[in-house]
Formats: sequence, C-alpha cells, structure tokens
Amino acid sequence: MENLVLQALSGLASASSLFLVASGLTVIFGVTRIVNFAHGSFYMLGAYLAWTFVTTLPRGHLGFWGGVLAAALLTGMIGVLVEVLILRRIYRAPELFQLLATFGVVLVVQDLALLTWGAQDLLGPRAPGLRGGTEILGLRFPDYELFLIAVGPVVLGLLLLLFHRTRWGTLVRAATQDREMVGALGVNQRWLFTSVFFLGACLAGLGGALQLPRESVNLHMDLAIITEAFVVVVVGGLGSLAGAALAALLIGELHAFGILVLPKITLVLVFLVMALVLVVRPHGLLGRAPGPPVGGANTAEPVIRPAPPALRWLGFVALAAAVALPPFFGDYALSVLTEIAIFVLFAASLHLIMGPGGMASFGHAAYFGLGAYGAALAAKWLAAPMEVGLLLAPFAVGVFGLLFGWFCVRLSGVYAAMLTLAFAQIAWSIAFQWVEVTGGDNGILGVWPDAWASSKLVFYYLTLALCLAATLLLRRIVHAPFGYALRAQRDSALRSEAIGIDAFRTRWLAFALAAVMAGIAGGLFAYAKGSVFPTFMGIPRSVDALIMVLLGGVQTLSGPIIGALAYTGLQEQLVRLTDYWRLVLGLSIIALVLFFPQGLAGAARSAWEARRGDA
Amino acid sequence: MATLEVEGLAKSFGGVQAVRGVSFAVAPGEMLALIGPNGAGKSTCFNMLNGQLRPDAGRVWLRGQDITGLAPRRVWRLGVGRTFQITATFGSMTVLENVQMALLSHQRRLGGLWTPVRAMDCAPAEALLARLGMAEQAERPCGILAYGDLKRVELAIALANDPALLLMDEPTAGMAPQERVALMALTAGIARERGIAVLFTEHDMDVVFAHADRILVLDRGALIAQGAPAAVRADPRVREVYLGAGH
Amino acid sequence: MLEVTGLSAHYGRAHILDGVALSVGAGEVVVLLGRNGAGKSTTMKAIMGLVPPSGGSLRFLGQEIAGREPFEIARLGLGYVPEERRVFSELTVLENLEVGRKPAPAGARPWTPERLFALFPSLGAMQDRPGGRMSGGEQQMLTIARTLMGNPRLLLLDEPSEGLAPVVVERMADAIRALKAEGLSILLSEQNLHFARAVSDRATIIEKGRIRWDGTMAALMAAAEVREQYLSV
Repeated sequence: MENLVLQALSGLASASSLFLVASGLTVIFGVTRIVNFAHGSFYMLGAYLAWTFVTTLPRGHLGFWGGVLAAALLTGMIGVLVEVLILRRIYRAPELFQLLATFGVVLVVQDLALLTWGAQDLLGPRAPGLRGGTEILGLRFPDYELFLIAVGPVVLGLLLLLFHRTRWGTLVRAATQDREMVGALGVNQRWLFTSVFFLGACLAGLGGALQLPRESVNLHMDLAIITEAFVVVVVGGLGSLAGAALAALLIGELHAFGILVLPKITLVLVFLVMALVLVVRPHGLLGRAPGPPVGGANTAEPVIRPAPPALRWLGFVALAAAVALPPFFGDYALSVLTEIAIFVLFAASLHLIMGPGGMASFGHAAYFGLGAYGAALAAKWLAAPMEVGLLLAPFAVGVFGLLFGWFCVRLSGVYAAMLTLAFAQIAWSIAFQWVEVTGGDNGILGVWPDAWASSKLVFYYLTLALCLAATLLLRRIVHAPFGYALRAQRDSALRSEAIGIDAFRTRWLAFALAAVMAGIAGGLFAYAKGSVFPTFMGIPRSVDALIMVLLGGVQTLSGPIIGALAYTGLQEQLVRLTDYWRLVLGLSIIALVLFFPQGLAGAARSAWEARRGDA
Repeated sequence: MATLEVEGLAKSFGGVQAVRGVSFAVAPGEMLALIGPNGAGKSTCFNMLNGQLRPDAGRVWLRGQDITGLAPRRVWRLGVGRTFQITATFGSMTVLENVQMALLSHQRRLGGLWTPVRAMDCAPAEALLARLGMAEQAERPCGILAYGDLKRVELAIALANDPALLLMDEPTAGMAPQERVALMALTAGIARERGIAVLFTEHDMDVVFAHADRILVLDRGALIAQGAPAAVRADPRVREVYLGAGH
Repeated sequence: MLEVTGLSAHYGRAHILDGVALSVGAGEVVVLLGRNGAGKSTTMKAIMGLVPPSGGSLRFLGQEIAGREPFEIARLGLGYVPEERRVFSELTVLENLEVGRKPAPAGARPWTPERLFALFPSLGAMQDRPGGRMSGGEQQMLTIARTLMGNPRLLLLDEPSEGLAPVVVERMADAIRALKAEGLSILLSEQNLHFARAVSDRATIIEKGRIRWDGTMAALMAAAEVREQYLSV
C-alpha cells in the first residue's frame, strides 16, 4: 500500500515535468499550427544550459535557481531565433513542410550540442534546500520530487490566468482560430507569434533545466521527450492546455504503475493508451474538431497529367544508366544503388497515401520494418528460401496494414499521423522487447540471399526489377479510377460521399496497398543487409521516408523518386565525409524548405511550366 | 406517387430542437422551395434527407422506399443528387473528370487499378456538360473555375446518375442576378424534361418567387406555411418572421 | 479619404484586378457593385493588404499604403469587415470586441462596448456568449462591432447582407445609416441593389476585375441600360 502511494507520487512528478514540455508544444501548435519537432531540442538545450550555468555560477540557492531560470530564458531566446530566422518565413507552407523544417532544426541542434558539450553524459548537482527527503507513510520520498509535483499545477494556473485574464492571452486565443483576421484588426501577429514561441520554448527549457537534479544530461533527450510530449498533446487534444495537463497525468501515472504491473510491455503501454484514446475520441480527450481552414489562398492541388515527353525521356535515360552501368561498379557502389532502389519504392509507397490519399503518416517505417522482419523470421524460424521470404513479407505486412489502417484512416491530419506513429512504436517495442523471437536489440543476423542471387550485382538487378515494377504499378494506380477515387476523397469528402464513394474503404485499401509496397521494400532490405534490427521501424526511419517524399514534392508523381535519390545519395556521402553530417543535413533540409517549398520535382515543374508559358 | 415523402422529421442538438415534426412531399418534375430565417433548420432538414444526419424521429421515403438514416452514398445510389451551399467539387481534377467520377461511381467502376481514367469513354460526361453549357470548360481544372461555373459543374455531377430527386442547398448563393435566373431556368427545364423532383433552399426571394412551384416556410424548426408562391407571400406570419416589409 | 488608382492583382497567372480605380470621400458611403467573382472581395482585400497588389496606388489619408502589412493599414484607421464574418467562435462577444480594440484618433469619440450595444441591441443581451453559438445575423453584427472597436476612419464592409433573412437585412441597413450619421466613411461591396440603394451615396460597378461605371446612386437608378448590362436587375 505504501509503495503504491509512493509510486503514485513519483508518477505525479513525472507528469509535472511532462506537462511543462507538452504545454509549450500545445501552445505553439495552437497559434502557429506548427507541429514543432524541435520542441524536444529546446528541452535538451534547457538541460545543457542549466548544467553550464549551475556548474559555473557560485554554489548555493542563487547559483542553482538563478541558473535554472537563466537556462529557461536563454532557451526561450533560442526559440525566438528559430522562429524569426526560419519558421516566420514558412507559416504559409503546408503543415508537413513546417514539420520538416523543425526536424532540420533537431539535426542542427544535436550536432551543435555535441560540439559544445561533447558526447559524454553530464551530471548536475542536486537542488540546494531540496536534497533531503520527507517521510510519507513511513517511507522516504525525495523533496525535489515533491517540489516538481507542485510546479505543474502552478504553471498550469499561471498559463490559464495569462490566456484568459490578459489582453495578450485574448489575442493569442483569437489568433489560434483565425490569425489573418487578427492581423486585419490591427494586431501585429508577427510579434504575437514570436512571443508565443518564446513562451513555448521557455517552458520546454524550464522542463529540461528542472531535470538536472534527477537525471544525467545527454544527447538523446530530445527525441526521447518529443515522442512523449507528442503523445501527451495528442491524447489531451491539440491546442488544449487542460487536455495536456490531464494527459500528462494519465501518461505519468501509466509509466509509474506500468513498471510495477507489466514491466515487459512498458514501452508499448503508452502507445496502446494513445491508440485507444484516439479510437474513442478522434480529437483527443479535450480537443475539438478543427473548423474548416479560413482565409487561405487558392490551395487546390494541381491536376495530375501524364508525364511530359521530356520527363519520360529523362526517366528512360536514368533507367538505361541504372541497368547498363552497374557491371562496372564495385561492391560498395552496388550496395548503395541497391539501397537507393529500395528507398525509391519505400518513398513511393508513402507518397500514395500522402499525395493522392491526403493522409500523413509518421510511422510508415512500421511496414518497411515488418516486411524486413517478416523475411528474416521466415528465414530464421521456417528456414524458408529467399523467394518464399520475399513473398511472405509483403503478404504479412498487408495483414498488418489492413489492421492498423482500419484505425488510422478514420482520423485526419495530425491525429491520424500520430496514430500511425503509435502503431509504429508498438511494432518497434515488440521487436525490441520480445527478445526470444526477434532477438531484441541484437536483431536477427544471417539473412542472406539464396546462392543464385548472392552476388551483389545479381541481387541489385533483382531489387531493381522488383522495385521498379512496384513503383510503376503505383503510378499506374494513381492514373486509374481507384487513384482518382483516392484523390476525390482528399479533395472533397462531402462531394465524394455524395456521389457514392466510400471514403473510408478507399483510404483503407490505399493504406494497406502502401503497406504492402513498403513491405516489399523492407523484405529486400533485409536480404540486402543480411540482418534486421528494431531500428528498421524506428522513428528516424519513418522520418527518412517523410523527408524523401517532401523533398521531392508531394504534388508530383515523380517527387518521391527524385526525393529518394537525392536524400539517400546525400546522406550516404555526408556520413562518409564528416562526423557532423547531421549539421550539414539539417541545414540542407532547412535551406530546401525555405527555397523550394514545393519540393525538388515541384520546383522543377514550376520552372519548366514558366519557361514553356513564356515561350 | 410522390418522389419524396417526409413525415414527422425531427432532430435536436444538445437539447435544442433544430427540426420538429416536419412533413411534406415533392412530386416528379416539381420545384419546391424551402425558405426561412437563418437557423430555422433548413440545412439540418436537408442533411437528414440525404443521410448526412440521422433524424431523431420521422421517416423519409424515396419513391415509396424507406431511406431514413441511410448513409449519403447509399441515398445517392437510390437516386438523389445533391449540390452544396458552398460548392464541393474535386479541385485537382478537370471539369470533365469531375463529371466522369460520378459516372464511374454510378457504373461501380471506381475500384479499377489498371486502365487509366484518361483512356476511358468520356462521351456521356461530355454530353452532360454540353447540356449545361460547360463544354468549352471541360479541360479546365476545377480548382481555378469561377464560382458560377462551379455551380454548374456541381449540377452536372448531381445529374450524372439520373436522379429522381435533386437537393439544392442555396443553388444561387453568391451569383449575380442574371446568372441566378439562367441557372434556375436551366434547372427547371431539365427537371421538367426528366421528371426530376427538385427541393431547394434559397435566400433570394426573387429566385424563389420566380421558379418555385410551391414554397415551404420553416421557422424555429417547424413548418409555418406551405403552398403556392402567391399564398405564401401574402401570409401575415411569413411576412412577420421572414419576409419583412420589402417583399 | 481613400484614393485607389490602377490597382491590379493576380492569382498565379490569372488577372483578377485590372486597373481598378475608386475613391471614397470623408463621410461618404460608396458601394462597389458587381456579380460574384467580379473582383469585389479581392478589391477589399487588396486595399487591406490581405491580397498583395501587383500594381497601382492605394492612398489613404494622403499616405501610400500599397505593400504595407494588414496590421499597419488597420492602425492607420481602415477597418475591415470580411464577407465570411470570421468571428472568433470560441471567444465571447466581449472578448471578440477586445481583440478589435485600438485607441481612437485624437479628438474622436471612442467606441466602447456600451455604445456598440446601443447600436446593436441584440449583442448586448449575449455579452458572454461564444461567437460560435450565435445566428448568422448576430455574427454579422458582431463582426461589424468588433471592427468598430478599432475606431476606424473608413470602414470596408464586404457583402454585409449576404445570406441574411430580409428582415435582418433591413436592420443592417438601419445600422449602416446610423454609422454614416456618426460621420464614418464606408466602402461597401454588394450584389443586392435594393440594399445598396438604401444606404449608399455613390456607386462603382466592377466586372471581370475592371471598373465599368462610376456615379451617384441617383444616376445609377436613372441609367437603366447600365443596370441591365452589369447588374441585370
């Protein structure tokens, strides 16, 4: 009994910390509509900065609390810098592009932190005055945890006062609904957005700084917290402060008791709860259905037409090169080309649901990874030959695609994307924790192609043939009635329903089809690498796919192909050339978002159309 | 037999009765206008007829078949075309493709994964567009069309499955007077020629009085008058809650 | 007070405004008449800076405002009431008014919620109601009141009568006449000639992005062929 109470208290302390980060995220999203991946980076920076301040300032109350506060404020200023330099220029860009830009910031901050603070974990001092513990039901409970428990509600109260009792708060709430109108009423929304970003980044920085006495500061804090914070914000309902508080409480306690009751599936538990909440309440616990977008310019997607002759010709030349040149390449180059072919299919499969389907997925790697595991498990447990493995993998993935898709395609926008992420994380957790079957972190080794395909060159041609056929089939489908029906439900749910199109079934089948295609790519990847690991379905892999599609351009059918080529090639080269490849890649992503908001293929098409138009 | 028959339709939202006990019928080829102040329940009524909302009580029959509570896509298959107050078309497709979508759906061919839509027969869609004076616009993307033309595209889509009933929610909202007359005259012509029953809501009283065969007046969710235009116009209660002194 | 000359605007490659010229004098009510898609709303938005003008001059109180941000233009004394109303649905009536509040120019009698409730009595009865739970007519009044809280010198009213029941349109006309009596200048866009006639001094007719006719309301009512050609009433 006493243990349970203490466990509940420690859950409250986690909830408090989580709320600080999530509240900043939800406030920023509410006003700017930006899903800020970099929020985790602010949290990490808050912790690092606090470490620097607290360890350099004289010891004592002033040094510690002053350091924590200074770290939060400085993080806020860094947030302002990010907002002014990058985000301010892309408020009118599509939602996912903004997400991509913030992901670029994540990469940049990771390497800057590595440069500044090094790779070692840093330990901070304990908080002065709160080093001891208090007896609760005969057991000692750390004072600092009690302090944290108090911080959450105090911050929530202050934020509610700020938003409901001040003019600034009223303006922020108004801008949350219609920022253009707020501007037309004479409010400088630029400063409004910047100040909101400052507040949000401050809260994240404070959350990070307050972790100093609890845990070591390290370079993985950013992605660890951002996933949790997303879960909290989505479960609570995007933009809802009270919702974030409630969800933080729920998730914090879930962690605390999950470890007691079901230690084996703690990683899955949180995402299971999120999936459950979203299935029952598609807009989170306290969220509301977003109204129709107001005041946007002409946002209609372009008409999809057959590729112009010049593009076909270019594609043909590229293909001829891909077939004719490899015999002259070495093994390393062949491996890279094989990977590129696989990623072209992976990106094209995601494009089907993102472009024509109009659904975002943050968890497409799940199907890639499931395909890889399907092939590997068939090889390991059934001793199946490669052909069987490659056939079994997409089939198994299709089943999962139908199962997960059945839930995901009911939701829309960020909520749908987060549910795909939840399923991906569940799949990842199972691969990671079910050591007996999957080998856990060590993965499954020795997944090699059959003898006839064991040469790198033959396997490359096999991969090229399969990936090319699948990618061309996807293109064909987009031009066929099913692809049109998919675009129809994206363009207007109301109209498509009114002419007999079953939007749910169309989206569901498209989702499963995309999963199958990703599964083919994953199966090939397993045999190309000779092994599979849980990272195959991790968040970074899903983000890779997103970047490839967005980099190429969502609105063009060639986009994912070009994006996959550019991204895989770029990353491969960077990793070889520099230790700080994240910095370069992050900056490249940010530059691309700022200068090519339609993606590479989109920009090429605009340039081509403009030239043709003037001629 | 009446094309559409409605009996005792009712709907509440959070304790507020939006529509209470509405009953009426529409005959083939008849133009029936539904008018009333904002918030009188016109849209709610409409959305219950084509299945977007499930009524709390009451029944809806289409050509004698009970269609109460069916999903919009089922209702469409049974022969109900609909246009929306704020036009809903597929912006990433051409005018022709928009109409073709409705035709393909009518023929249950939207599951096709192989033959490109561009390679399919588009003569029926072209004929329909020609009937509505939109033949020249067939290859333009819907996303860049003028508003009046979008309304025509919607009408073409709504007519694609040879409907028995056409539901038009403010068909002329946002159009210039001349266009309004032209669109309603066209609609009335097609309705009579094919025996389609038309139920429409409208704020422009000139349009209503010029084109409706019969008028229903809704106020606070209940029908307060129905009948021929002249009788409705003279009704003192209708003048008080809706028409005012001007008409 | 407002002098627009040669105003042009594009969406992509399409010309939507082509050399629009119009003016509004102090205390005057001018109506911009035209059918849907003629360019009325775009003209309003271009004046307000919500659609970037691609050419021409916009002078307000002697200052050039073309290319400025909407909030700067609003602060100079232009008040914009959008066609779609766009009330903040989750804010109460009073909070909606607070968002619009700006200091009055020196010497002017500032608008207060009390004065606005006198002008629109139905709003006074629902001060704490969220904007989303009001009828279309009430929302239209709220959006005008919200803009008036910024104490504008010139009001841009985009299709205030659209979608309103005839009785509510009559009340709207009364309110506009009351504002004119206060000395406010108003540029109105309308399709409804009855309504325009009841409140305006002058009319400017726009068609396919160009100005086709300009004159007093009385002259327009006398020119049957002009109404026939552009308004067909």
